[in-house]
This record gives sequence, structure tokens and C-alpha cells, in this order.
Amino acid sequence: MIADVYNAPISANGTLIQIDHLTKIYQLGEVDVHALRGVSVSVSKGEFVAIMGASGSGKSTFMNILGCLDKPTKGSYVLEGIDVGKLSRDELAAIRNKKIGFVFQGFNLLSRTSALENVELPLFYGPTSNKVRKAKAIEAIERVGLGDRIHHYPNQLSGGQQQRVAIARALVNDPSIILADEPTGNLDSRTSVEVLGIFQELNDNGITVILVTHEPDIATFAKRHIVFRDGKIKTDRINSNPKIASEAIKEMPMIDDEEEETI
Amino acid sequence: MKILNILLSAFRALQRNKMRSFLTMLGIIIGVSAVIAMLAIGQGAEYSVKAQIASLGTNVLMVYPGAQQQAGVRTAAGSATTLTEDDALAIAKECPTVQYISPGSMAGGQVIAGNLNWSTGIQGVGTDYLEIRQWPVEYGEFFTDQDVKAAAKVCILGKTVADNLFPESSPVDQTVRIRSVPFKVVGVLTKKGQNAMGQDQDDVILAPYTTVIRRLSHWPNLRFILVSATSLKDISVAQTQISDLLRMRHKIQPYDSDDFTIRNQTDLAATATATTDILTILLASIASVSLLVGGIGIMNIMLVSVTERTREIGIRMSIGARSRDILTQFLIEALVLSLLGGITGIILGVIGSSVISSIAKWPTIVTAFSIILSFGFSIAIGIFFGFYPARKAALLNPIDALRYE
Repeated sequence: MIADVYNAPISANGTLIQIDHLTKIYQLGEVDVHALRGVSVSVSKGEFVAIMGASGSGKSTFMNILGCLDKPTKGSYVLEGIDVGKLSRDELAAIRNKKIGFVFQGFNLLSRTSALENVELPLFYGPTSNKVRKAKAIEAIERVGLGDRIHHYPNQLSGGQQQRVAIARALVNDPSIILADEPTGNLDSRTSVEVLGIFQELNDNGITVILVTHEPDIATFAKRHIVFRDGKIKTDRINSNPKIASEAIKEMPMIDDEEEETI
Repeated sequence: MKILNILLSAFRALQRNKMRSFLTMLGIIIGVSAVIAMLAIGQGAEYSVKAQIASLGTNVLMVYPGAQQQAGVRTAAGSATTLTEDDALAIAKECPTVQYISPGSMAGGQVIAGNLNWSTGIQGVGTDYLEIRQWPVEYGEFFTDQDVKAAAKVCILGKTVADNLFPESSPVDQTVRIRSVPFKVVGVLTKKGQNAMGQDQDDVILAPYTTVIRRLSHWPNLRFILVSATSLKDISVAQTQISDLLRMRHKIQPYDSDDFTIRNQTDLAATATATTDILTILLASIASVSLLVGGIGIMNIMLVSVTERTREIGIRMSIGARSRDILTQFLIEALVLSLLGGITGIILGVIGSSVISSIAKWPTIVTAFSIILSFGFSIAIGIFFGFYPARKAALLNPIDALRYE
């Protein structure tokens, strides 16, 4: 099964994620908490989805299941033809390694570990050889525009730069989806737009991006909005006119730019 | 994840808390060096005891007359008068595994030479005696078969006796008076030192057994027969042959017990070795306790480390680390700690042993076995005490680990 994860074919009709009647119930002592109450959704390859909702709406639970960090109580989740709900702990780890790239609000880089080594990390847990690994990691860092910072440590990088390293780490194994959980939550508005610009650029190159956010401003950069409420999908609509980050940034004042260059 | 990378990241993780890593290792260092030093002391003691026993002659058998039993009253061993010169001659003739044989008789008394005197034991022996004991003559010579046959009044002095009776001159060709009987000194034996019981083996005078029986002890039978087997592995065969022969000669019925006792040096050596073995085991077990405590220290610090790095574990899991990757990572860290501690401990233990040797004048021997043992022990401790924390880390729920603050 694990071998399949690395060689599974992408389904013919371009459907990447097929979720049907997904339910998640947490048991807190005697009380059952219904975090998700029957969610059905499908995502095709190349989409840029924003998942929105207030806290407690179930979007984080949905995100965890989407990211194979958690298993649904009921319902099915098929990712690139693989029924993820039936996989073991280690098989889920392999899926996370190969098919999913995580970007977190708090960057979640390993401290005292250089940017390059952080980006290399996912490749350690896969079948990549030592030689290929370094080349791939450097390529991913260059892709997010940090080619000159590969040997810097996270504490020598600004928030925006750290998030870019995290994106490079998410990219390095050529995942099917990039899952970004509040990626701009710790960044100022200008850096946020810069990071969104990277996501848009990746999306333009065919990578599927799923972004969880509670800020409507951020969601306007995505092509599709899914809003959660009380464990269900409230609205699911196409954003026919998404904002373009590279244009938006030109309209923004330059005041905070110096801070980002601080090392 | 490749093993070299895991090792590298383990070293890096331990480097982050240098002081903590060092203190954790210190437990293992002290434990391992204590085990090495204690084993060295124990084995040193064993070696010196063995060396002393070997100085008696290795493939030697001693035949003693047994306890006398008359109407149910048993007297002390050796009190029976059953061992005769003919027995000794028969053993020499009929036991093929016997190489040398010396009949023995004993007497004690005051020895006078000029104006000096000395109280010592006089052993009556045969001419093979020195071959059996592997005891060379320092100067002069040993008495001959002719002397034995003629019960000549000749003797050879042990080093201690010679030093006390003839402090300045050579005793050879001088006369000593043993219980008023004049004996001519023909030689002096080399120094042999103490035996395993701490007795001075050089405080002795050897004379032909015939002379001792006739002139000194007036006891017609032999007090002992000393025999050496042709080789070390023939000892038990020789023992059986002598036993069978003596039972036959003494007409002992199959259901009766022997009227003689045969003891061999290997038995004595085994007893002494067993004693020092117990000493070694005792010392090593005490030291092992500190090794165990060191192991608990590793477990403790690894548990702290797992808790501190819960978030790191979560990150690693989210990017695809399997449980066994996390398990290996923390297990290797524990192993590196215990191995570094173990190697340092071995070095310190070896140095410590030689310091003990030179200061306390106590013989110590560091064997390859004790080094391999403590090395193996520290690996085992690393795995044993590292496993629980590593498993705890490996079984963390990725979501909880990621959200851990």
C-alpha cells in the first residue's frame, strides 16, 4: 500500500479530492462533540480553494482530515484514488510525506536547523537519495526566492522569509496539494500579500492550493470559497474575480519593507 | 531516514544541551568505570591467588591417611596409620599416570646451629619431592637416593631457616642439630614465598623420609604421599588409579569407606578461585547498581527531551515521519548518550585501575572481557532505558503534538 502512495495514478477526470458525507465526532468524556456533520465536497486538480468559517465551525477538523493528520468517524475521503480512511498510521504518514505539503500559521520550522536542512527534511522520510535530496531542496528554496539564504537559521530570518522556507519545505516533494492553515496569521499585511503571491504563482503552475483562513481579505485571493458553519458547508462558490497579489502589492505602502530585510 | 543523518541529528540534539547531556552521561561514566575497576580488582585478586596455588605445583595429588575408626569413634584425619612405604612403592610401580612420587613424614622441633636456634617443621621426603613441587635448589644440592636408602643424616634448608640460622655464612656443609640429632646441611632451597593460606613455605627443613621416621618422629608409617600426574588432564585418572590400588592393598570392602584421602591442587585452586569469584561478582554487582542508576538518568532526561520537543515531533510527523522514524531518532539519541558515556567510562576505568594498582599496591587486571562486558552493558542500558521515552514520542498523536505549546 505504501508503495502505491508514491506511484498512484491521478484520476482521469482531474478530481483530486472526493469527500462524501464526512462526519467527525470527538468524545470528550461523556459528551459527543460533532465537529463535522456530513460534509461532501470535491476538489479538482489546479484549484485554489479558501476554506473559511468562524472558530468552532469545523474548518480546522476538516483541514486535519484533509491533511491526513486525523481520520474521519464516518464518510469517505478519496485522495487521488486512494481511500485515505482505510489507511494505517504509517500509510497516512507516507501520504503526508508524498502528497501533502503543509504550511502553518506559526511556520513550524525546526529551530537551530538551517533553511536548507528544514527543506530537506521531508525527503529524509521518503525514498530520495542523498544526492538528489540536496538538489531538490535548493531548487525549492530558489523557487520561493530565498536562494541567497539557504544556510540561514530560522532565527536569522524574518517572518515572511520563514514562511517562504516553510512553503519551500511543503513544495520539495512535489505534493498533490498544498494545505495552508492560516499561513498569514503571523504576518503583517504586506508580507501576507507577498506570501499569497507565492501561492498564486504555484497555483498558476498547476499546484492545487487549499487555504484555511478566517480573514475575508485573504480569501479574496482564492478562486473558490468554501464557508463552514456548525460542522457543515454553508456556502461553496466560485470567486470569479480573484485579486492578483502581484498587482495588489503595488498599491500598498512601503513602510514595513525595511523590517523584512533585518537579519 | 538514513542512519548517518539520524546519528548526525542526534549529536546535534545532544549538543544543544551540553551540560545536561554531560551530566546524563556522567551517570553512565561513573557506572562503567566502577564496573571496570571493580572487575579489575577482583580479577587481580584471582590472579594472585591462582599464581600462589600454581607455586605448589599444578598437577599434584596428595594422599593422606584417613581418619581412624575404632568401635564407632572417629579420630582426626591423618591419625590412621594406614599409609606405608610399600604403598608408595606400589603406586610408583603400578600407576602409569603417576610421574613423580615422594613418600612423606613429618616432625617438628628446635633446630640449633652454633649459638642460634630456630623452631621449624621438618619434612621427610623422597628425592622426587623437588620435581613435584617445582622447587629449585639455590645452592648446594639435594640429597640422593643413596641418602634415602641409608637414612643418612643430611638435610636441605628452606630460605627462611637458612637466613635465621646462618645469617652471615653459607650453611652448606655445616651441621645443624635437630632435636639433638646432628644433620649435615647439603643445600639451600630458593625462596618460594607464602602459600595460598598465607603460610611461609620457606620455613621448612627437608630431610630423607627414612631418616625422619627413624631418628625424629619414631612413627613407622607415612604422613603423606605426594604424587604428580604425567599431565594436568591425567590428574583425575591418576586419582582413580591410586584410589583403586590403595583400596585393594588395604583390603577395603566395596561398601566400606576409604581409609585414606586424596586431595588435588585443582580442587584447592577451584575453591580459592570460587572465593575470589564471589568477591569479583560482589564488587561488580555493587558497581552495576550505579550503572543502573545511570540508565535511569538517561530515561529521565529522554522523557524531558521528548516533552520539550513535542512540537518538533509534530512537525516531523506532519511532513511524513512514521512512528518508527521518531522511535529510531530518540532511541539513537539515548544510545549515543550511553555509548559516549560507556566509552569514556571504560577509559576512566582502565586509568583508575592502574592508579589503584600503583597507590594501593593491589594487583588489578583489566581484561578484554570486562571491557566488552561494560561496553555491551552500556548499549543495553541505552536501548532499555531509551525505549520507553522513544516509544512515547513515536505514539504521539500528530495533531496534539503540532498544537503543543
